[in-house]
Formats: sequence, C-alpha cells, structure tokens
Amino acid sequence: MSKLIVSDLSCQRGYNELFSNLSFELNSGEILKISGANGSGKTSLLKILAGLNSAESGRLSINNNKAGSYDYQSDIFYLGHLPALSPELHCKENLDYLTQLSISSSNQSLNDALTNVGLKNFENEYAANLSAGQKRRVVLSALFITQSKVWLLDEPFTALDSDGINVIETQITKHCDNGGICVLTTHQKCNLPSLRTLTL
Amino acid sequence: MSLRNPSSFLNPLLFFVIAISLFPLAISPESHTLSNIAPGIVWVTCMLSVLLSLNAFFHYDYDNGVLEQMVISHHSLPLILLAKTIAHWLLTGLPIILLSPLLGMTLFLEAKSIYVLVLTLLLATPSLSLIGAIGASLIVGIKNSGMLLSLLILPLYIPILIFATSAVSQSQFNLPINAQLYFLASILLISLMTSPFVSAIALKTSLD
Repeated sequence: MSKLIVSDLSCQRGYNELFSNLSFELNSGEILKISGANGSGKTSLLKILAGLNSAESGRLSINNNKAGSYDYQSDIFYLGHLPALSPELHCKENLDYLTQLSISSSNQSLNDALTNVGLKNFENEYAANLSAGQKRRVVLSALFITQSKVWLLDEPFTALDSDGINVIETQITKHCDNGGICVLTTHQKCNLPSLRTLTL
Repeated sequence: MSLRNPSSFLNPLLFFVIAISLFPLAISPESHTLSNIAPGIVWVTCMLSVLLSLNAFFHYDYDNGVLEQMVISHHSLPLILLAKTIAHWLLTGLPIILLSPLLGMTLFLEAKSIYVLVLTLLLATPSLSLIGAIGASLIVGIKNSGMLLSLLILPLYIPILIFATSAVSQSQFNLPINAQLYFLASILLISLMTSPFVSAIALKTSLD
C-alpha cells in the first residue's frame, strides 16, 4: 500500500500566487488528474511533487517519507514537458539511462518496452532522428520498466496519436491496478477508471 | 555522448592549438623570447579553452530535460555531478595535457620545463573542471551567460594560473617548485571535496 499525502501546499511564482493551502491524499490505485487553465500551476504542482521545485510552504510525503529523502525520490517517476532524451544517444541507450536514474527492474527488457510503444526495430535509432510523437513514445516506454510507485506525468499524451494514447492509458490503468498511484495533467479527455480531478 | 558530437570537445581543443600556434607569429619566432613567455601562453590558453567548454557543461542536458531527471533521481546528485565533471575533464583537460608537450616544444621549452608543465596541467586541469562545474550550475537556464560565467569563474582560476605558471617558470631557472605543486595539489583536493556538493546545491537552486 502506498499513500501520497500533500498538506497545506502553497506555491508562488514571481508575484503570482498559483495555489495556497492545497491538501489531498492519494491511496494505492488512485489516479489524479490535475486540470486548470494555462498558467494555473499544474506543472508547478507536479514539479513540487517530484522534488524539482520547492513550495512556499506545506508538506509532502509518500508512506511517511518526506520529499527529498532517498525513499521518496525512489518512489516517484516524473516525466515533464521536455523529452528527457539526448539526441546523441540511441533510443535504447536513452531508455536505459532514464530508467537507471530511477528505480527500475529487469522484469521487462528495454527492447520489449520499446516494442510495447510501437517502436520495434528503433532500438539503435538516434533520438535526434525521431519525430516528436516517437520521442514521446520512447520516454513513455519507461513506464513499462520503472518500478516506482507514484507516477507524475505532465501532459503525457502530447504529440501522441490515438493508438499511442490507448497504450499509455492501458499502462497507467495496469499500474494503478497493481497498487500504484498516478498524478497527471492533460487537456485531453482520458479513459481512465477511478479518475479523480483536482482543479487549480 | 560527446564523442558522437565531436565539435563539443574539439572546439576548445582546436582553440588551444590555434591560439598557441599564433603567438610565435605575433610576438617573435626567437627561441629565447618564446621560451620565457611559454608557461604563461600555455596556461592562459588552457584556461580560456576550458572556459569555452563550460558553456556546454549542462546546456544540452538542461534543454532536453535530462538534467531534471538527474536532479530528481534517488541517486546522489553530487555523485552524478562528479561523474559528469570527470567526463568533462577526460574530454577537455586530458587532450590538452596530451598535446601540451608538443606545443611546449614549438615554444622552445626545455624537456625539464615540459615535464613540469605537464605535471602542473595534470594537477590543475581537474580543478579547472571542478570549479567550472560550480559556475556552470549557477548559470543553468540563463541565456547568453558566457560573460557571466567568466566573471564568476575567472577569479577562482587566478590562484591556479599564478602557481602553475610560476612552477614552470621557476623550473626554467632550476629553482625549487615544490611549494607551487603543493598549492596546486591542495586546490585540487579542496575543489574535489567541495565542488560536487556546491554544484548540486547551485543546480537545485538554478532549476527551482
């Protein structure tokens, strides 16, 4: 069982207060969709949850492990707006590096993960030669490998076609069925079960 | 990665070679004049070429989002940065060290002075990379920050420049150079102990 607790979180960027005293709890199997207008603080909230940005105030914990601790950072898997791929590396090398940085297991090989997202035979292709959608698929294939319990996905469906979106939605559902937690932001409609929505 | 994008490490190296080879043309081809100023020429050029390479230290990782993944990784950030700094040294400091005997000879340095020059480069180029990593972490995300980086880093490079050039110059007159080498070694140890941690803090602050 995993539990993500966010209490009294406040965030300010420049002179703008994006949100204040934000509190919520997520248990195993839950998916939270953060919605809101552009600039409402969705990405900032995800970055704070990932330990990338600091909040003005508030507390964060996963199973009583505070943000920034080894256990907390081991439990999260964050994918932001940027592709997180080095153009000089092959798809497989990029995926290997990405999963090495987070907790991963060899249950599924890198090749299988790439096959799952429709990138079979792209293992040795340089990331620089991929389209935006293919780059997104490479990064998202990490979801088939990572063992982190809490997934933080910032606009995961951007640049993906409907087939790609289905694959990722299925993987998110599977993750949550296995006791994981997912927090995502998206402007698209999603077909995810037990979806909670938080509007900023 | 840099090996697949050779311009990232060849540019500073080419700058090092070209700048040094221009001095005999601009000043004097006489061996006496050149050997007198050779320690300064080699060391100043080495420092500037390292500085040239620092702009790209985190630039690409920041632009493509890999840096974010490094920062939020459960692995120790100082350790990741130390590995990155070692990679930077292998691609900038080490080629400079390997080329320096040849360039020393073109500036009419004696064999003994070339040996000391290589020794000072060996002791001090890792410090240049380590101190440079701090500066590079501070300027992450700032556009056109080349001048800012120079202002931040050059004052910290000055002691290295003074001790290193002094060691090579003194060796030309058969004077003892132990003190300078000890200073360079202590700067290396201090930067090795502090740089990864300071860089990690600076990087987190820059990304926040």
